[in-house]
Amino acid sequence: MSFKQRILEFFKLKSKVTEGGGEQAIQKQMAMGKMTARQRINELLDNGSFHEYDLFVEHKAEDFGMDKKFLAGDGVITGTGSIMGFPVCIYAQDFTVAGGSLGIAHARKITKIMDHALRLGLPLIGINDSGGARIQEGVNSLAGYGEIFFRNTRASGVIPQISVVLGPCAGGAVYSPALTDFVFVVDKISKMFITGPEVIKTVLGEEISMEDLGGAKVQAEVSGNAHFYAESEKECFEQIKKLVTFIPWNNQKRADKFPPKSPRINNLIDKIMPKDAKQPYDIRDVIRALCDDSDFLEVQEHWAQNIVIGFVRINGETVGVIGNQPLVLAGVLDVDSSDKAARFIRFCDAFNIPLLTLVDLPGYLPGVDQEHAGVIRHGAKILYAYSEASVLKITVILRKAYGGGYIAMCSRHLGADFVFAWPTAEIAVMGPEGAANIIFKSEIANASNPDEVRKEKVQEYTQKFANPYKAAANGYIDAVINPEETRDYIIHSMYLSQNKVDNLPKKKHGIPPF
Amino acid sequence: MIDINKNKIVIDDSVYETNLTKKFLNRKKYTPKDDSLVCAYIPGTIRQIFVREGQKISKGESLLILEAMKMKNEIKAENSGIVKRIAVKENQLVSKNELLIELSL
Repeated sequence: MSFKQRILEFFKLKSKVTEGGGEQAIQKQMAMGKMTARQRINELLDNGSFHEYDLFVEHKAEDFGMDKKFLAGDGVITGTGSIMGFPVCIYAQDFTVAGGSLGIAHARKITKIMDHALRLGLPLIGINDSGGARIQEGVNSLAGYGEIFFRNTRASGVIPQISVVLGPCAGGAVYSPALTDFVFVVDKISKMFITGPEVIKTVLGEEISMEDLGGAKVQAEVSGNAHFYAESEKECFEQIKKLVTFIPWNNQKRADKFPPKSPRINNLIDKIMPKDAKQPYDIRDVIRALCDDSDFLEVQEHWAQNIVIGFVRINGETVGVIGNQPLVLAGVLDVDSSDKAARFIRFCDAFNIPLLTLVDLPGYLPGVDQEHAGVIRHGAKILYAYSEASVLKITVILRKAYGGGYIAMCSRHLGADFVFAWPTAEIAVMGPEGAANIIFKSEIANASNPDEVRKEKVQEYTQKFANPYKAAANGYIDAVINPEETRDYIIHSMYLSQNKVDNLPKKKHGIPPF
Repeated sequence: MIDINKNKIVIDDSVYETNLTKKFLNRKKYTPKDDSLVCAYIPGTIRQIFVREGQKISKGESLLILEAMKMKNEIKAENSGIVKRIAVKENQLVSKNELLIELSL
């Protein structure tokens, strides 16, 4: 064969494999409203940046007629490329090839690109679209999953890991996304569950649709497994592109700096805050009034909405924001909101992203259901995450900071570097009504006009303690500030903290209340 | 300690206006455990019933077999008493927390 012939032969071989599962399977994929694995990669990565690896990998399975089956790329596409100029490693399961089922060759392609990402210190993106284990390969496919989970765990906190669920992701397969940092789902396309509706029906006699059991909405609103929810694959890819710009390549780096921009909302904090301290407002409005271009990338927007988390830039630098949301459940901490915040804090800490905490909460949510669901164990996660975090920690107390909630929300006592309070802050052991009812219990009970006395005592307590000055007198806050100065104080704190050093005691790892 | 009045929540005697989540509104009211009721702790199928109504039973005695997740689970009496009512039949599918047997303690 001549040189040219060999090149032509290569093109022929390549085009056969890049077809995936063939025309019919591709049509079927499109009919389900889904892109093919290759289209997805091209849509997500910068134009022409994709470099494919392991195109010619083939399985070696022999049982159940597998020896006669050719599976293009063994059902997964792997490689490298860039997103918005940031280098990434990527894999995409190809549902058109044997339903994207995972055999050992398929898994080894994935683990190879994972090893590559870890060695090179690059983010890893996994697009999941698979019917599950390739049953014909038996325990080998289980081995494949295990090897992926092992690497997800070893890479955790070293490189950012992003999972995109664009099809079924069932059984053991769900644990790879669960071990990664961010899970993206798309309405009507993503389906995640450990046991599907069929099994649930036969074993337990309960009937439920796939969508209601583990669809995108359920994962984004009910279970909290998903971090980003989109209506379409295109919207999902835009979300990923945006996220990538906020996070660093690996744990040795800081996120890229962008040109600083002023908030689009200016001097509006005054207008956002209601006159009555018991009236709610949207904490996201305050976040937008503080950050560059008023651009806030919210994480887990639809789950545990009583706390708000996400990424912003302040003076061009990425900051992770955690804020109580008075608009939902008065912004209380509970089982879910503690889990949500704690995990986010640990991500930011692992990847050198400063933390900004905005405090306005009446405390922990009371209730038998909360106690029995383990609010002690879950609530402890937020204390652990803040105390452990060694990145810059800035706390701003806007209004209520009562009791355990005050301590938990990155107080000075948990190692906050800067604590600022607005004049409207109420830093107290509990709300005035509750405190007055306890402290002046007998006085109120013995009075001839208990309601009036209670009112008086509540007012007395409010005047004395529902303010920032008792905490300021103890040095627990650094400054009481005019709300309109908040952004300036944050920028100045960040400027001062470029070289912050906070060494944790040497240990193998801590034991957080998982 | 917590009263719900439309979009209000009470914490430590203070009333806050706010939105309530579905999860919060659908939370289960606590009911103390009734020792006279034997309920399914897992959904499954009743395979065998060892007792009949009116029978005197003592703590630890086998009541029935509840098959679930490919396991035949032997359900034993947690209290002594008399079987007042058997609420299920053999081969019946039961859901979680469904009443199986009622005892007079």
